[in-house]
Amino acid sequence: MSELLQQIINGISLGSIYALIALGYTMVYGVLRFINFAHGDVFMVGAFVGYYAAPRIVPLVGGSLLIAGPITLLLSMLVCSALGVTIEKLAYRPLRPRPKLTILITAIGISLFLEFGGQLVFGPDPKSFPTLLPSAVIINTPNLVLRSTPVIVIATTVGLMLLLRFIVMKTKLGTAMRAVSYNQSAASLMGINIDTVISFTFVLGSSLAAAAGILYGSLYPSINPLMGVFPGLKAFISAVLGGIGNIPGAAIGGFIIGLIETFVTGYLSPTYRDAIAFGILILILLFKPSGILGRAESEKV
Amino acid sequence: MGVHATKVVLLAAIAISFIVSLFQSQINPYFLQIIIYIGINIILATSLNLINGYAGQFSLGHAGFMALGGYTGAVVSTTLGATPGGSSAVIILPLALVLGGIVAALAGLLVGIPSLRLRGDYLAITTLGFGEIIRVVIQNLDFLGGARGFTGIPKLTNFFWVFSVVSITVFVISNLVNSSYGKGFLAVRDDEIAAQAMGINTTKYKVVAFVTGAFFAGVAGGLYAHFVSYINPQQFSFIRSIEIVVMVIVGGMGNTPGVIIAAALLTILPEALRPIAEYRMVIYSLSLVIIMITRPQGLFGRELSLRSLLGRLRKQAMPV
Repeated sequence: MSELLQQIINGISLGSIYALIALGYTMVYGVLRFINFAHGDVFMVGAFVGYYAAPRIVPLVGGSLLIAGPITLLLSMLVCSALGVTIEKLAYRPLRPRPKLTILITAIGISLFLEFGGQLVFGPDPKSFPTLLPSAVIINTPNLVLRSTPVIVIATTVGLMLLLRFIVMKTKLGTAMRAVSYNQSAASLMGINIDTVISFTFVLGSSLAAAAGILYGSLYPSINPLMGVFPGLKAFISAVLGGIGNIPGAAIGGFIIGLIETFVTGYLSPTYRDAIAFGILILILLFKPSGILGRAESEKV
Repeated sequence: MGVHATKVVLLAAIAISFIVSLFQSQINPYFLQIIIYIGINIILATSLNLINGYAGQFSLGHAGFMALGGYTGAVVSTTLGATPGGSSAVIILPLALVLGGIVAALAGLLVGIPSLRLRGDYLAITTLGFGEIIRVVIQNLDFLGGARGFTGIPKLTNFFWVFSVVSITVFVISNLVNSSYGKGFLAVRDDEIAAQAMGINTTKYKVVAFVTGAFFAGVAGGLYAHFVSYINPQQFSFIRSIEIVVMVIVGGMGNTPGVIIAAALLTILPEALRPIAEYRMVIYSLSLVIIMITRPQGLFGRELSLRSLLGRLRKQAMPV
């Protein structure tokens, strides 16, 4: 029983990471109708910003993790927002009127560029992520050990999701974002600046990915330039599972994938960990391509 | 160019590769290795070009098909106990290649089925998923060596086999797409809904593209396995698929001669750039982005086709 509880906690904290990355996929899909393959690598860059910044920030604030943690998180979110907006401006914007396949290949190119550029800049060997979140033992029974790290990860994720919900539902830019995702040409006729909205979407998505990078580094403190590949793909699968383009769906999908993956690893075989998510993807795409919360779109001729 | 003329070209190409293979022992082994890799990459790239370039179904799982062909071929030739240079190799290698191709083609059929419902991005990520699933499954199969890899595959691949298969692949694929039947691939690529409205069986075309492309990728995998004599699942990761995709895109999607040139160039390039090897993937990825932004039709463009080249030659040869 308590082993099950342990697995559930692990699953939800892993799911938080997937959910945060999935939100970026789904929002970009909502406004641009394409899958930003490079998103998983923005997550990687976020973790590396933390890796380089944390050892410099911690002594500055007198070694207090309570202050250094949020500062590192914000810095990483800022850097990744800038990265996301730059990628969109340089690579995706010129291709917007072109066929979808062109943008897809470009996104794959950007993704590989970040991965292998990262290997050149950061070095290909794994690095150990500095301690940013306190890992005190909260509950300690013979069967269940609960540390504070997963609790903080889950709490931060929920906080960021509520913030995102507020931005998307209550602010002017958020309303504009929803308008663009509903009907781009009508939104632009109503005076919405499409380019601003798209840039803003990349800011939101990339900063959530950066936060996911910091949290991931704190949970699994070994990071490398290729670390974004599988979390990125699984987050994408989460977004599809929840219904791509649907923001709450991406969060739900992330938690489901995180839980399933943890259970497969814990109770079946860890070697199938990476294959199971793809199996889920193929099943969803075959039986319910619109996902849990998504609406089916019919193609206009 | 009529089918008869291409048949003559095919037979000539096979004859030439046989003659060259007689002198194989005199070629520098390093150059021979590069030449063989060029051949294998041409097979992979032209077969992927059928799926990605002609039929417009973006696939990222070619390495998976290659893995299936490689492992099947390796099992066949080791069980039958072929030895390099032995007379039995002449029968066993083609058998291993064809069986590997058939297994890959069956997988292609399996992947082709979701492609009936999926488009663009979804298909790309599903094929990538299929490729990774194949790799993970092989990694967990003990009789294939698991993650340790499959050792002791007889070294049967030589110049003759590689370039005969190259010729056959190019022959089959260019005749397929240049036939009146093959116009259907282009129709599916250019506008699937319009094609369907014109009565084209888009389902059949997509599946034919996947099955044919996967078959040749499997054969290429078999040739590779019998050349390096040791394979492991890591050699068939999605980076391998991406490398093949880059060849197709640099050569120009739907442009067989361009893709052949690109496959050869991109095989030689890493060898030439060995001193800066760590930059190879960075250069690859940047060139993908730059080509997509500035020259989406590929470096060589669609105007360069075998047919137009030969047409031009013929016009020059014939006094008007």
